[in-house]
Amino acid sequence: MEFIHNNLEIIYFVIFCVFIGIEVIANVPAILHTPLMSGANAISGIIMVGAVIMISQVPPTNYVTLALGGIAVFFGALNISGGFFVTGRMLKMFNTKK
Amino acid sequence: MNVLVDVGYLIATVSFLGGLKFMSSPKSARLGNSVAAIGMILAVLCTFIALKTQTVPTTNIIVIAVAIVLGTVIGKLMADKVEMTAMPQLISLFNGAGGGCAVLLGVVEAKQQGIGDPNIGMQLLLLLGLVTGAVAASGSAIAYGKLAGKTKDNKGAAVVFGSRILLGLILLLPLLYFVGLLPISFESTAYALAIIALVYGVVFVLPIGGADMPVVISLLNSITGIATALAGFVYGNKAMISGGIFVGAAGILLTLLMCKAMNRSLIKVLAGKFKKTKASADTEVQNIKEITVSETAMQLSFASKIAIIPGYGLAVAQAQHLCGQLQQLLAKRETQVDFIIHPVAGRMPGHMNVLLAEANIDYEHLKEMDEVNSDMAHYDTVLIIGANDVVNPAAENNPDSPIFGMPIVKAYQSKQVVVMKRGMSKGYAGVSNDLFGMDNCSLLFGDAKDSLQNIINQLKLI
Repeated sequence: MEFIHNNLEIIYFVIFCVFIGIEVIANVPAILHTPLMSGANAISGIIMVGAVIMISQVPPTNYVTLALGGIAVFFGALNISGGFFVTGRMLKMFNTKK
Repeated sequence: MNVLVDVGYLIATVSFLGGLKFMSSPKSARLGNSVAAIGMILAVLCTFIALKTQTVPTTNIIVIAVAIVLGTVIGKLMADKVEMTAMPQLISLFNGAGGGCAVLLGVVEAKQQGIGDPNIGMQLLLLLGLVTGAVAASGSAIAYGKLAGKTKDNKGAAVVFGSRILLGLILLLPLLYFVGLLPISFESTAYALAIIALVYGVVFVLPIGGADMPVVISLLNSITGIATALAGFVYGNKAMISGGIFVGAAGILLTLLMCKAMNRSLIKVLAGKFKKTKASADTEVQNIKEITVSETAMQLSFASKIAIIPGYGLAVAQAQHLCGQLQQLLAKRETQVDFIIHPVAGRMPGHMNVLLAEANIDYEHLKEMDEVNSDMAHYDTVLIIGANDVVNPAAENNPDSPIFGMPIVKAYQSKQVVVMKRGMSKGYAGVSNDLFGMDNCSLLFGDAKDSLQNIINQLKLI
């Protein structure tokens, strides 16, 4: 209960996000399902932001944690860059016709 | 803490939403992708601006910078090199990377959390994020292996049983810890959960068959989104929360859409099960008619309205470019060629559309199943390339068939059907196809790519 009370604002935010998200995506036609999926996949790479914040708080002498964090950031960056570039490449094919 | 950063994250959130909105039309989709990408860059920049207010050790900054540069460059290289037929694997791989990031984040953060004041709400969110991330990571890795043909399906009882036990453990462990019955630290609980969840991801995807992959990929995608949103909670970062939720919503929506297109419930897909077939149905001998390449070419040349129904076999044979050539050739003779795409054709949602777009086929010619099904009788010739279950009339008229009830492309209603097949093997569902025995259906055996090439050569002569 206390947890809900303390985070009420964010809980509202989450609920709105869920409904807006479904509303926006529900209209995507079948021909764009793959780009939608890979584009969304790239957006989930925003988790890298969390990894960056995390590393910044780790003491620099803690090598193991630092290395794990570095790999986390690498994975996140891979997800973001690969996701957006590959989506762009696919969509380019959809657009080059007459 | 910093107005600039807050505004930046806000713009990033809006750009994700706008980007996804633009994705709903082929004309604006490219813009949408760029908008979302710019939002992402903005969010990362904001994170750095926020870090400037604290003193971050130089070593840490170097680690971050190197990791970002490496990730970006390798991601770009992989995206540029991939064959369109290998797209499902690559997307799984990227998704797995996102999941991997979530696991590592959870593991390291658990270490930090263990030190300070315990906040049960936060710890619970952290564990949830860790578990979802781990399942997405290892699940995607297995999905990658399957799509790339490196991992085989395993429906063994041990795998199915094991996955239930592991799922139980995942639920039980945090419960025991929070009740106080587990005499280990929060950190150890988190490590144990991470390992169990990673193994669970593996056994979760192992029994699921190839044709069910569109469901699994969308589901894993959605799980990564949820992991991201949970991590966003832990850091109180709204851009992460909203981004994660949008991805989660997109994934769930696609998952349900794919299940609906197969008329199977999500639970059944995940269990990797089909209804038991009655053996008698399989023993019936079908009268099949074979057709030669030149006869097919002749049929196509006389037809005025042709439909091509592609399936996963098209991707395997890499025959999409020949489809494009065939269409252009026939278009010159003023023959209309439509491509009819079943929602679950291929190994991921929209797989066939991407392949055909690569072959320069205008998306105007790509028809959805529901669009044309009432109109099938107007097609003079229907060419089926590498599809099987999605055109099997048993789904409509044989209640004993395991695929009964699945919406199909009503190819059998057209005037002539030519099925291109490698051999008489059965479709994914393991049932014989009633279509092959029908009067208006003939089979053209051989590799789809070779057959198409030969048809094109013949057509040029006619």
